[in-house]
Amino acid sequence: MPHRWGMAVDLDRCTGCGACVTACHAENNIPTVGPEQAGRGRAMHWIRVERYWEGDFPDIALKFRPVMCQQCDAAPCEPVCPTYASHHTDDGLNAQIYNRCIGTRYCANACPYNVRFFDFFNPQWPKPLHLQFNPDVSVREVGVMEKCTFCVQRIHAVEIDAKAAKRDLKDGDVKPACVQSCSARALVFGDLNDPDSEVSRLSRSPRGAKLLEDLGTLPKVTYLSRQTQA
Amino acid sequence: MNEALAKRLSDDLMRPMIQTSWRFYLLVAFLGTIVAMGLGTWFYQMYMGFGMTGITNPIFWAFYITNFVFWIGISHAGTLISAILRLVNAGWRRPVTRCAEVITAFALMIGALFPIIHLGRPWLFFWLVPYPSNRLIWPNFRSPLVWDFFAISTYLTGSVLFLVLPMIPDFALVRDKTTGWRKRVYGMLALGWQGTTKQWHRLESAMQIMAIAIIPVAVSVHTIVSFDFSMAPVPMWHSTIFGPYFVAGAIFSGIAGLIIAMAALRKFLHLEPYLHPVHFQNLGKLLLMMCLLWGYFVFAERLTTWFGNEPSEMEVFWVTQTGSFAPLYWTMIVCNFVIPFTILSLRKLRTIAGCVTASFAVLIGMWLERFLIVVPSLSHKYLPYTWGHYRPRPVEIMITISTFAAMTLLYALFSKFVPVISVWELKVGEHPFPQDATAERREHPLWKAHP
Repeated sequence: MPHRWGMAVDLDRCTGCGACVTACHAENNIPTVGPEQAGRGRAMHWIRVERYWEGDFPDIALKFRPVMCQQCDAAPCEPVCPTYASHHTDDGLNAQIYNRCIGTRYCANACPYNVRFFDFFNPQWPKPLHLQFNPDVSVREVGVMEKCTFCVQRIHAVEIDAKAAKRDLKDGDVKPACVQSCSARALVFGDLNDPDSEVSRLSRSPRGAKLLEDLGTLPKVTYLSRQTQA
Repeated sequence: MNEALAKRLSDDLMRPMIQTSWRFYLLVAFLGTIVAMGLGTWFYQMYMGFGMTGITNPIFWAFYITNFVFWIGISHAGTLISAILRLVNAGWRRPVTRCAEVITAFALMIGALFPIIHLGRPWLFFWLVPYPSNRLIWPNFRSPLVWDFFAISTYLTGSVLFLVLPMIPDFALVRDKTTGWRKRVYGMLALGWQGTTKQWHRLESAMQIMAIAIIPVAVSVHTIVSFDFSMAPVPMWHSTIFGPYFVAGAIFSGIAGLIIAMAALRKFLHLEPYLHPVHFQNLGKLLLMMCLLWGYFVFAERLTTWFGNEPSEMEVFWVTQTGSFAPLYWTMIVCNFVIPFTILSLRKLRTIAGCVTASFAVLIGMWLERFLIVVPSLSHKYLPYTWGHYRPRPVEIMITISTFAAMTLLYALFSKFVPVISVWELKVGEHPFPQDATAERREHPLWKAHP
């Protein structure tokens, strides 16, 4: 039975620390664009922590929501790509083939979550970040789209190890960089086809909801709504 | 038709091809410089990276796509209008059709460049083309951008055929009236035209077929351009009205472009005896009709959005209606509705100058309309955290300006190589007979202009 990778985000646990963003940059060789480009809105964070203020001063509540590619089952980004650079894999991931991308940016327009990023320039890293590339992830050149992959390189590495050792994957074997680095354990990753996995259990929770669910994109990320007032 | 008049027609309409003043070379040099600067800017953008544009997250389409839709819209001037006028056999069409058809061909060429200019990796644009590759990869036929490729290439092929077919007898005329290199070149272009009954008959049938075939193609092209937007789940894009709305807007801006081109030809090539005020009045009436249709579409689109009160759409609605895009929005309303409606609905103002003024307003308004469809929606998608701002950068502005120069340049060059008014169609038509002309047409009688 193929896997169906999914994630659950507990908004009660998220502290907005941003460790997931940093870990994602390091794991996936995401370029840093510098203050000038970031000020123009060209920062690339495959996962971002959205910050919303609610209420009027002094009764204000601060809310965080980490948003990454929702790996939709009915993804609006896929049919619009003229070259199949954006396509659906057998285990339900929205894959982006950088070498096939010609940069129409149609996928980014179609994505309701704005989680697709465009390489406006050839990538650069301030020293010493240029010494810490992840050899498992390709560096993207100017003019292509990129986005969260659920750390597909980690998924495949664990799958290959398990196959070599002739064993099945256990829940928790695969941890994307953001999940691994979340000290509050707000992010949970796993196989949605395994009814006993933690992510399946959380996804069935009555607190669970999908982001922009009414658009019919069938996302595989479940958000557990806040119960506390803080 | 008497021999003297026929000769006068041939001489008049071929004169721009034979005589060229220094002013023309100056114009070509000026426009050519701007076009070269535009090309240079594009290469600069490719060399430095696409980030030289103002495009940013999440506004991934802006000036280039606006220009794309605008120019494809202008291309509806020609072929569609001239096909309709030919089919209803409107007598006054005869001096107008070729000026119109050639706009189509050039505007399509310019418009079709923009999907390539706007690519992140334009050197790989051929991946949009279905060709047998060694990796057996086809383009994604579900993508509206691939539909665009088919729609535009079909329309370009069809309009070039539609333009060239009625040029064949005129090429033969030039061949017969000139000597030297012109005789050789136009002899080849005339494809052995001898003016036999059989040839005339075949030409008429071919043009009849093309005129009928090109209308659905033209309608489909701008519908498919609108599908680039309406197929995506983006607020105010995902709309069923976009197909007809875009087609109406395209014809609207197309007629405006045609009126301006005709006025320029009339003035600079001294075609006053051929392009009469009545032509401008008739086209002005068409423009007025499209102006009302455009206003109706905007009203219908805005009212249903406002009444439906869908939260994400209302954000885009208010940002254009009263927010940061409001100055552009109300300029568009004034340019596309208030000005042309006022000028064109009053007979006293429906003069050549009035029609040209209204047309310039419409071109500005329709460009803004396309910009206001593309940018506000993208900058105000669903999650407020991701909203962004767009400001054009010099490369985009330069490339935009250079396309207008390219259009003028191509048009000016065309008028030097082909009789810009169809000579044979005027000769077979009732139009040049002064005794049949109405009072309005008699303003520039042939016998006074050429004593």
